[in-house]
Amino acid sequence: MRTDLKIIEQWIAPGSHVLDLGCGDGTLLDCLQREKQVTGFGLEIHHDHITTCMGRGVSVIEQNLDTQGLGNFEDRTFDTVLMTQALQAVRRPDLVLDEMMRVGREGIVTFPNFAYWKLRWFLIRRGRMPESETLPYKWYNTPNIHLCTFKDFEALCYRKGFMILNRTVVDGEHQDHWFSRLWPNMLGQIAIYRITRKDG
Amino acid sequence: MSESLPTDSVGIVTPQTLHFDTPISLACNRTLDQYSLVYETYGTLNAQASNAVLICHALSGHHHAAGFHSSGDRKPGWWDSCIGPGKPIDTNRFFVVSANNLGGCHGSTGPGSNNPETGKPYGPDFPVITVRDWVKSQALLADRLGIQCWSAVVGGSLGGMQALQWSLDYPDRIRHAAVIASTPRLSAQNIAFNEVARQAITSDPEFYDGHYYQHHTLPRRGLMLARMVGHITYLSDASMGEKFGRELRDQAYKFAFDAEFQVESYLRYQGERFSETFDANTYLLMTKALDYFDPAHEYDNDLAKALRKARCEFLVLSFSTDWRFTPARSEELVSAMISARKRVSYAEIDAPWGHDGFLIPTPRYNAVFRAYMDRVAREVGA
Repeated sequence: MRTDLKIIEQWIAPGSHVLDLGCGDGTLLDCLQREKQVTGFGLEIHHDHITTCMGRGVSVIEQNLDTQGLGNFEDRTFDTVLMTQALQAVRRPDLVLDEMMRVGREGIVTFPNFAYWKLRWFLIRRGRMPESETLPYKWYNTPNIHLCTFKDFEALCYRKGFMILNRTVVDGEHQDHWFSRLWPNMLGQIAIYRITRKDG
Repeated sequence: MSESLPTDSVGIVTPQTLHFDTPISLACNRTLDQYSLVYETYGTLNAQASNAVLICHALSGHHHAAGFHSSGDRKPGWWDSCIGPGKPIDTNRFFVVSANNLGGCHGSTGPGSNNPETGKPYGPDFPVITVRDWVKSQALLADRLGIQCWSAVVGGSLGGMQALQWSLDYPDRIRHAAVIASTPRLSAQNIAFNEVARQAITSDPEFYDGHYYQHHTLPRRGLMLARMVGHITYLSDASMGEKFGRELRDQAYKFAFDAEFQVESYLRYQGERFSETFDANTYLLMTKALDYFDPAHEYDNDLAKALRKARCEFLVLSFSTDWRFTPARSEELVSAMISARKRVSYAEIDAPWGHDGFLIPTPRYNAVFRAYMDRVAREVGA
């Protein structure tokens, strides 16, 4: 399993009730169900992923975060709400975070860091919108419509009163490196944040 | 024609009948002292009896869900697209049971059957049957077939309501419920359409308050109208537009009231054919069963509360152009399941055929249904 998913797995208590926003083919939930007796759902819109989830016994609900939100979930339904590599692709990341913190006690979010040094260098050197192996799109066809840096994300958490419980940085291959921990906003490619509400 | 039967067909099937002598008490506080259920089975029950799937039929359906009754049959069973070797409900792995519901008109005891007390057909005296009663009778059928626990109970529309009711009434006897193109309760609009259908039947002079059997006639006009209005609600505006448009049977307008547009003659034809083969009293009963279905009713109208005792896993499917039981109605059901912490998977299938979408195979419907049932089969060792 990918390193980022392994890290996430460590942060989820056995027997938790989990919601995975943009659960993909259900790899993570499948693993959490088998190894940690986790219950819960994945939300997904891609047809093939939904079929794969159903075939492997992951409860999956076809639901579009942008158009349908999480209105069908009651407050504090889940122990943890996950969102891996989807924050930057939703229409309003701030509102999605609010909803995550409403329906769950904790949230785990992963996203690419737009302040990664290679992206900065790309922009400085070429004066064009950065592209990388993590962000392999053109500015006009990218699904990533709200890219941010680690600092931006932390500033948003601060403003919303969310507490950061853990933060880990991995590289494009989802490997953990000592140097990216040293100066994450410059050297980290993908961040994994575990957050909760201060009043929670 | 037998040599040309499709290879993914269950082939020639023969309906069977079981007679029940123990009285069954019904939701309407009446009992049926004895009754018969006609059913078909496809595939083989395994040694552990763990691979049984129950198919529940919709309003005008019956036990003949797959295969052919004879080599001369033009059409297979009503859900042949989904039941058969290698199909989503794979008869190489599952033992499939499909019964005609009580009150039906295809062999199970219904209004057209003789009332043993009077020696005459029950007619309008046949008790009003509910979804719950059907499920109860299906459980008794399961007992007789040696099936303690269904690997899945599957149904579309009114059949989906039975699958849902199964999960509530017999939580230990069902592992999965597939609720397809269904709803947790009818809306006022749904009931209104049913009432139009009932009025059409009961106001037919040939109806004789439901005693038409004794008058050796049938309320054909009424049943035809009922079917016509029902049929419109099963299709979508787009699919009707595609199929008929404003096409005329002849070249020009006749400025008369004959069936001029193709859609008119289609509806008349469908209605007429139906009125010859379906029993009007059964139609009344089925629409009532639809109207009364509301599992949340006895739980302060809280569906999540009603669902708490369910223990099975759910598959819920809806169809994008279904305006009879819209995707929103399925989503309402899914939300209640989430709230009750049930395991549920949900997909909205993009299909142009309206409510009838659940009967028509499309690649995605097939893929999703197959993936889910494949996993059920693996789980029960089928």
